[in-house]
Formats: sequence, C-alpha cells, structure tokens
Amino acid sequence: MRYIEPHGHMVSRTTDDYEAMIIAGCRAVCEPAFWAGYDRSGPEGFYDYFCQLTDYEPKRAAKFGLPHFTWLCINPKESEDTTLAAEVISLIPKFLDRPNVLGIGEIGLNKNTRNELKVLEQHIDLAARHDQLILVHTPHLEDKFKGTRLILDALLADSRIKPDRCIIDHVEEHTIQMVLDAGFWAGITLYPESKTTPARAVDMFEVYGGQRVWLNSACDWGRSDPLAVPKTAIEMRRRGHSEETIDKLVFQNPIRFLGQNPRFTVR
Amino acid sequence: MTRQSILDLYFMDARSKLIDIAAFLDRVDRGEGEPDFRLAAFRKALEELQHNEPVRAKSVLLSLSDPTTEPIPKAPGKGAIGAWPGPETH
Repeated sequence: MRYIEPHGHMVSRTTDDYEAMIIAGCRAVCEPAFWAGYDRSGPEGFYDYFCQLTDYEPKRAAKFGLPHFTWLCINPKESEDTTLAAEVISLIPKFLDRPNVLGIGEIGLNKNTRNELKVLEQHIDLAARHDQLILVHTPHLEDKFKGTRLILDALLADSRIKPDRCIIDHVEEHTIQMVLDAGFWAGITLYPESKTTPARAVDMFEVYGGQRVWLNSACDWGRSDPLAVPKTAIEMRRRGHSEETIDKLVFQNPIRFLGQNPRFTVR
Repeated sequence: MTRQSILDLYFMDARSKLIDIAAFLDRVDRGEGEPDFRLAAFRKALEELQHNEPVRAKSVLLSLSDPTTEPIPKAPGKGAIGAWPGPETH
C-alpha cells in the first residue's frame, strides 16, 4: 500500500509516529497551520511556528525519508482577535516562497462569528492575491453545518477563487453533498470520536464517489490516529474494493489536488 | 455488497454500539439532578433512526446541528459540545 497523509499536525506527534507512517506506506505528509491547544501570546509566536513548519519539521520528517509540506495561516480558533489576525496574516507572504509551502490553510471558521468570517475573507484575499491553493477547516460538531454553508458562500463570493483549487476539510454526511455540488474538493477526516470513522468514510466514498475526495487523519495533540488513512484502506479491502480503487483514493487523489502546486512532488 | 455481507461484517459492531447507547440512557436515568439540553437533543436525534430512507446518519447530524444562517456576534468559547442549545444562547 502507498498513501499520502494530506493533513497531519506532525509538530505534535512523535518520531514513533513518523516511523509507523513510513512502515504503513506513507509517501508524503502535509501539515496545515493550526491551534496549539492554547492561544499564542502574539504574532512573534506565529513567526516562530511558521519557521518550525517550514524549516525544522521538514528536516525532522526527512530523517525518516518522508517529504513534508505545509500550509500557513492563523487558525480560526485564534481568529476572534482581529488585530492579532491582521498582524499574523501580514507575516505570511514572506514565508510563501519557502520550498515546502503549498498554500493557505487551514483557514475557516470555528464558532461561526462575525470576526472569524472577517478573518476568513482576509485569508481568501491573501490566497487570491498570491495565487495559492486553499485548505479549509470546517467547524466541529453542532457548528459544522452552518459553518460550512458560510464558508462556501465566502469562497464563492470571491470571483478570483477557483473551487477546484480549494479543499473543504472535515466533511461529514450532512455537508459533503453541498461541498461537491459547488465544485470544491472534499476532505474526510478520520477520528476516533468526532468527525468520521473508517466505516462511515467508506460509506461516503460509495455514496458520493471519489472524484474530488481525499482521506486524512488530521492527527494532532488530541485523540487521533496517524495511521487512520491506511486503516481505512483496509476497511475498503474488507468491502471488496480493488487495490486500484484504494490507490486512487488514498494516493492518486491527494496528488491530483496538491500537484496543482508544482512544489508538491512524490517519488 | 449484499445486505447479508454487510450484516456479516458490521452486525456485531453495531450491536455493541446499540447496547452502549441503551446503557448510556440507563446511566443518565439513574443519575441525579436535572440534565441540560443535550439529553433532549440526543433523544430527538434517536428518532431519526426510525425513518426508512438510507439518510439516517445525515438526519442525525442535522438534528444535532445549528440550523441558523447568520454569523453570531461573539464566540462563547472555543469548543463545541455536540448539540445545538437553541437560539437563546446567541
């Protein structure tokens, strides 16, 4: 088996995780910027984090022979402070030329507030001005349905944004249809409790098709599983899906989306 | 897949989760004090399982979701709790 982990917060994972992913067939890992589990005290904290994502973490991954790519933003959980957000967004352009940067992400909404929406629109503008791919985080649990609708409206309102260059992540059964119907890519996130299980992810693949869909573990510092993608591939095998179909979903599809940025290459 | 194959693969797992839900509701009943809105939301979501169309997962998720469309003025916190408490909290 070979697969791409298109969404993993590796700064919060161990070297054992890197080793397990390589053994399972991982060929590349992509790390969106996210919330640290606590609010950073100022823009300097984000500057250091962006350095970690574009310099130190790719070196750590390289020790295991794993190419590491990243996305930059201020996460929606810290977007309520619009002054801080503006300062952080102003830092991002100087990092966009780093060789492992794929785009702007994971932007989006958390509690669906006016300030979060304002900061989302600023990120969308940043991506459009710099012709960047976009990776979107959709809210958790009871906030996901409303947040996904607000996010799609914000993206579609900007005529510079091409839906096939945006992935809307963490879709579930109540949001995947609207994402695909609007022409965006959909990311299915595999978590032990929230988001989706491997069985539900395969259900969605069977019902909605796999043309513009990827799977990811979004492994971070919380309860999550860095091997969730290969475990879901095993779930597909149990149901009788062919190796070719599995390879398309867990390896070729991420390459089709991420390869829109020529920096993304996989051996 | 045939329905028989699906039962062969998933029945025991679903049975286990069904009993977990039953035990959870029993546990809540044995507890003391008044429950918050989540219990009513959970019971309402359970009703979605009675429908005969294969969209039950979507219906349960929608039942637990915020149905409003306008951004809220200010975040009440960072976390989500799994069920929408209703408009009065906004």
